[in-house]
Amino acid sequence: MKLEVLRPGPLTTVQDLGRPGLGALGVSRSGAADERSLKLANRLVGNHEGAACLEVTFGGLALKARLATWIAVTGAVCSLRRNGRAEGMNAHLRVEPGDEIVLDPPSAGLRSYLAVRGGIGVAPELGSRSTDLLSGIGPSAVAAGDLLPVGRDIAGPLPAIDVAPVAAPSRAPLTVRVRLGPRADWFTPDALRTFTEAEYVVTPHSNRVGVRLDGPPLARARTGELVSEGMVPGAVQVPPSGKPVLFLADHPVTGGYPVIGVVLARDLPVAGQAAPGQAVSFRAVS
Amino acid sequence: MNVLPCGDQAFLVEAGDTATVLGLYAALADPRPDGVTDLVPAAETLLVRFDPARIDPGALVQRIARTEPATEAGTAGTRGGELVTIPVVYDGQDLADVAERTGLAIRDVISVHTAAEYTVAFAGFAPGFGYLTGLDPRLRLPRLETSRTRVPAGSVAIAGDYSGVYPRTSPGGWRLLGRTGIALWDTGRTVPALLRPGVRVRFTAVAGEA
Repeated sequence: MKLEVLRPGPLTTVQDLGRPGLGALGVSRSGAADERSLKLANRLVGNHEGAACLEVTFGGLALKARLATWIAVTGAVCSLRRNGRAEGMNAHLRVEPGDEIVLDPPSAGLRSYLAVRGGIGVAPELGSRSTDLLSGIGPSAVAAGDLLPVGRDIAGPLPAIDVAPVAAPSRAPLTVRVRLGPRADWFTPDALRTFTEAEYVVTPHSNRVGVRLDGPPLARARTGELVSEGMVPGAVQVPPSGKPVLFLADHPVTGGYPVIGVVLARDLPVAGQAAPGQAVSFRAVS
Repeated sequence: MNVLPCGDQAFLVEAGDTATVLGLYAALADPRPDGVTDLVPAAETLLVRFDPARIDPGALVQRIARTEPATEAGTAGTRGGELVTIPVVYDGQDLADVAERTGLAIRDVISVHTAAEYTVAFAGFAPGFGYLTGLDPRLRLPRLETSRTRVPAGSVAIAGDYSGVYPRTSPGGWRLLGRTGIALWDTGRTVPALLRPGVRVRFTAVAGEA
């Protein structure tokens, strides 16, 4: 009852909804960078919405099924093939023992989610199967030759729908909504205007810790050091270079650079799909 | 106390000083108000994360403003907290340098470091890394100018106003006084972190293997 990893692609990790509530111990929540796609993938195969899936960064994953089961792939738009034949995303797909499943690099978005009925059954650590790349908690990144056990995290029968209607990630410039602060007062009025009007570009140095952005630097209104304070996913931290970093799931628990604004929770899945080279702009809301 | 919005699912509470942060944390942590999903104490602030589907943000702000920071004995966050004793072999790479910079003899660096009682103010940097307040002012030195790429697990160190113990091998810029064999972080334990906010800590000098 396993999935054999033939090729992991650039980065494939096991992710669920992470380990909330452990910030005081220095542990971030981690979990899927695009929770909405993870939950959808799970619903499509009848799992509990927080079951563990494979988070496939920029495609390139090849699996061989060693069981008969159902899978579903959501998130970044990539061509999905079973034994060389194209199959649809955002729908459940029957696989038989020996079937080969391949995800090509995405044409839009960055992270695809592959759910298997029952969930990925690797051993949890601190109540979650998520790989936290910053703290090293959870399973190692998926490697060629891994035999991934399938769990029993089933909520009910397969849903009756064939294909879930979803807004697929886009290659077009992204806009995410932010609430300014908590440290907006550390920046000049010009910097606040630039932050909410300029376009930034996702750099290749981005990962699950944060989306590193290039664009007009944001100047501080005051000098000195901020005493480290708690961070959240979606926080846009501005280091001395003035180039903002948008924190994702594996962000550090605390940080010492001022946060100019925080992306609304509803828009975090969009940020989690921002691909290198893609344009991002921030729209301030109150 | 200032309550700043931090996105739409958290508030950053400016408590002003570490003791007030710990007191507020202790008052809110056990049990956490329904709908509060995480509390992250830091040096001068407490981050309160919440689920807006379970608690109204305005009601939470009022709740925070009404909360009296816990003080003194009998609360998890202050001097009544659990006491952990950490045996240390004082043979750290920076021990002689710390002695020179502070003008103390090596044995006095050790006795000053072991004489104090510390309190875990907050965690950060790595799971299980506690920032310990209570460092004797004579041992206050800045971080190393260049961080080490590899500090062994169990290293006992100082930097600025804090002492700390590296829970696992990692890069680090604190000044190394010694090492302990105690496991600071073990996810096989019910409570994986030995050093949690509010826990009191003493160091004792031991010979040879700690």
